[in-house]
Amino acid sequence: MQLYARRKLINTVNMTASVLTTLLGLLFLAWILAVLVGKGVSAINGSLFTEMTPPPGSAGGLANALIGSLMLTVTAVVIGTPIGIMAGTYLAEYGRGGAFAEIVRTINDILLSAPSIIIGVFVYAMMVAPQGHFSGWAGAVALAIIVIPVVLRTTENMLSLVPTQMREAAAALGAPQWMVIMKVVYKAAITGMVTGVILAVARITGETAPLLFTALNNQFWTLNMNEPMANLPVVIFQFAMSPYDDWRELAWAAALLITALVLGMNILARTLTRGHK
Amino acid sequence: MNTMAAKQGQNVNFNMASAVSSTLRHGHEMTEKVDGIRHVEDAKLSLRNLNFYYGKFQGLQDINFNIPGQQVTALIGPSGCGKSTLLRTLNRIYDLYPGQRAEGEIIMDGKNLLDGSTDVNMLRAKIGMVFQKPTPFPMSIYDNISFGVKLYERLSKSDMDDRVEWALRKAAIWDEVKDKLKQAGTALSGGQQQRLCIARSIAVKPEVMLFDEPTSALDPLSTLKIEELIHELKAEFTVVIVTHNMQQAARVSDYTAFMYLGKMVEYDHTNIIFTKPGKKDTEDYITGRFG
Repeated sequence: MQLYARRKLINTVNMTASVLTTLLGLLFLAWILAVLVGKGVSAINGSLFTEMTPPPGSAGGLANALIGSLMLTVTAVVIGTPIGIMAGTYLAEYGRGGAFAEIVRTINDILLSAPSIIIGVFVYAMMVAPQGHFSGWAGAVALAIIVIPVVLRTTENMLSLVPTQMREAAAALGAPQWMVIMKVVYKAAITGMVTGVILAVARITGETAPLLFTALNNQFWTLNMNEPMANLPVVIFQFAMSPYDDWRELAWAAALLITALVLGMNILARTLTRGHK
Repeated sequence: MNTMAAKQGQNVNFNMASAVSSTLRHGHEMTEKVDGIRHVEDAKLSLRNLNFYYGKFQGLQDINFNIPGQQVTALIGPSGCGKSTLLRTLNRIYDLYPGQRAEGEIIMDGKNLLDGSTDVNMLRAKIGMVFQKPTPFPMSIYDNISFGVKLYERLSKSDMDDRVEWALRKAAIWDEVKDKLKQAGTALSGGQQQRLCIARSIAVKPEVMLFDEPTSALDPLSTLKIEELIHELKAEFTVVIVTHNMQQAARVSDYTAFMYLGKMVEYDHTNIIFTKPGKKDTEDYITGRFG
């Protein structure tokens, strides 16, 4: 009986501890969201989407940073997704079980966990320094390097979930391997692969360090990827630490926008995967 | 003559004793039987000194026998005896896996299928395969059928419609799916999915159809439908079926091969295998006294 009472006590202690720590974790998330909404909502208005980032001491918007972020993200995804999908396909379909595939997988895991500032410095050394100026292209390339390992990983995982029998059945009809992959395996794995791309977009939407070294910032409206480009994360970085109230307010607005975007994309990714189970 | 005797043995109310006597009554010409293996003429596929390796492990040892055209040949034997392995050599599906290899000859239409020069994709279009688990592709019922056809033929829309209907009718599933051809193949029941897979194989008009335990995942009613279907298919195709179920082998096949430990122990007319087996191992297995 004593033993039973002791076990019961241990159970109660453990349960209480895990519930409390969970609540603590959630508390911070809720706190961040509450502060963001509290400070950000008041700064959201129409001019945010029409006016440029202002010089110190005057009002303005985030139009140039929004379009910059959009262009950087889209370009990064357009560069990174095909590479990630093709490499993931190689690992899951062609190189399965091979030594080379194992090496590629390990390197990709390292790239996946590489600090983004290192990727920023790398692109700075390879593109920005030789060209002599910051540019949107350099920013897009840095973000693409972050996209590749994420897409590669999810693609490989999703393709590995497709049962072998499906491949055998398609091959047994006389389909060559590329056809089996393109027409049958991709079709079976497409939702998972799209989810991977969405998660990659969510990841790069908030990346700041690589852009500080590459796209930097631009006070003016530009669609020219050869010039430095404004973007939300760097605007937040610069404006949030400034002594000017107008800037700080814009930083809150930008932070709220990014959070809402990332949250939205995560929810989209979750509904996609759930809908197919 | 062969076909006549086989048809007798094929009666759904299969009665082993009467089947044998009818075989004898019809004066069935008994071909030569050497060391348990009956020599069958009119071979669609001839296997000569076939050995198969999973890496270092030898899965098949020196297999020699003929698979007759437009008949049903059943491969039976305990788990791991090599019957599925043998089936998988016939369309070279093992080629998908490095480390698996076959040696020897499988002759079809005068050519050795195991030759390096054989176009395996063309080969697989000629030798279709239905698997244990139904594997509908993640696309509509119509597209499941047209997928294989499109690989080697360019058909107009209406010709393709006809081909899809033809294949679905042959697989005895047309009436159940004709109103939902645009729906996903995966939404069908297990038995329907398996018949869809059979239709998919039929649609490319193969010469040989391989069935790898096609009913082991299905309920008795679906099993019955598939067995009837296999019985009808032999009018146009050469059928080879792997089965764990001896009653099934007795019901659907004309010839039966009993395999054990990677070797072919006995191969003969199905009614002989099940009534007067020539080998002790075969008799022990079919009477359930094995192991």
